Amino acid sequence: MTTQDWTPQGDTWTLAGRTFSSRLLVGTGKYPSLEMQREAILQSGAEIVTVAVRRVDLSGKTGPTVLDALDRQRHTLLPNTAGCYSADEAVRTARLAREVGMGDLVKLEVIGDPMTLFPDNQATLAAAKILVAEGFSVLPYCSDDPIICLKLAEIGCVAVMPLGAPIGSGLGIRNPYNLKIILEQATVPVLVDAGVGTASDAAIALELGCSAVLMNTAIASAQQPVAMAIAMRQAVEAGRLAFRAGRIEKRLYANASSPITGLIG
Amino acid sequence: MPQTTTPAILHLTLNGEPRTASAGETVADLLRALNLPRETVAVERNRDVVRRADHATTALADGDVIELVQFVGGGA
Repeated sequence: MTTQDWTPQGDTWTLAGRTFSSRLLVGTGKYPSLEMQREAILQSGAEIVTVAVRRVDLSGKTGPTVLDALDRQRHTLLPNTAGCYSADEAVRTARLAREVGMGDLVKLEVIGDPMTLFPDNQATLAAAKILVAEGFSVLPYCSDDPIICLKLAEIGCVAVMPLGAPIGSGLGIRNPYNLKIILEQATVPVLVDAGVGTASDAAIALELGCSAVLMNTAIASAQQPVAMAIAMRQAVEAGRLAFRAGRIEKRLYANASSPITGLIG
Repeated sequence: MPQTTTPAILHLTLNGEPRTASAGETVADLLRALNLPRETVAVERNRDVVRRADHATTALADGDVIELVQFVGGGA
């Protein structure tokens, strides 16, 4: 029997020509302190870390920034356009992000509504077309809608990132069946972005066959962020391994796992 | 040569707030005056990115709308 490598290191995935072994992407918002953020991100094992782009504080206050909590050797920065409500704002933000970070990856978000933070899929598609043409590697946050995912992949996005549930809601994977369809049709990596609340939610995303999962609030706002970061790392690894292992079919009735012959009379 | 009327004081909008600069000042001068690190701040002038290599040669003009941004913590 040939031994197979079941470790995450033996099961890498590729995004925009780069190879990663961690399937957990994390954000950098909402942490109680930069120290806790640094430790949580380290323990999460994440190799891709998302950051936001905002105006510099001109009031003269200086202090450590988000970059000080990251190890640029270990972490690939994924700037995001969080908070943008139009394609134009998102494109400008992405261009500025590229100038800050000197990388071409961008997590494209064009939000359609402040209550749900649901994406404006049409504006996202429009912005993605512009950014792809400008050489960006675009990872769009979008609805868990197979059609928009197809369109985003067709125009050259390097991945699609359907939501599991509203950003920061912790409601988990609300429509696993849509995700299954998205995954069946996918020609690019599918990452669940947003909605994860706890470890089992992350595991489900990977069990379904997603390439990776991105989360922020679930770790940063947990009562013990470092512990949750470890839990998420383990859940992502477990979910991925379960996917690779191939789960049993669900069935309505029992199927005994002990022999049905040789029972005592 | 026609006379160009460059005012001695330039009125800018910097991150949404009014600010003045002297005629002849460049983007690099502005960042220096604000004591901002060039390597982690990106500059947009009138909706176009000013590449880092062009900071020292990009003169500010009256009415310029400047955005200075950096990376901050955030997820989505």
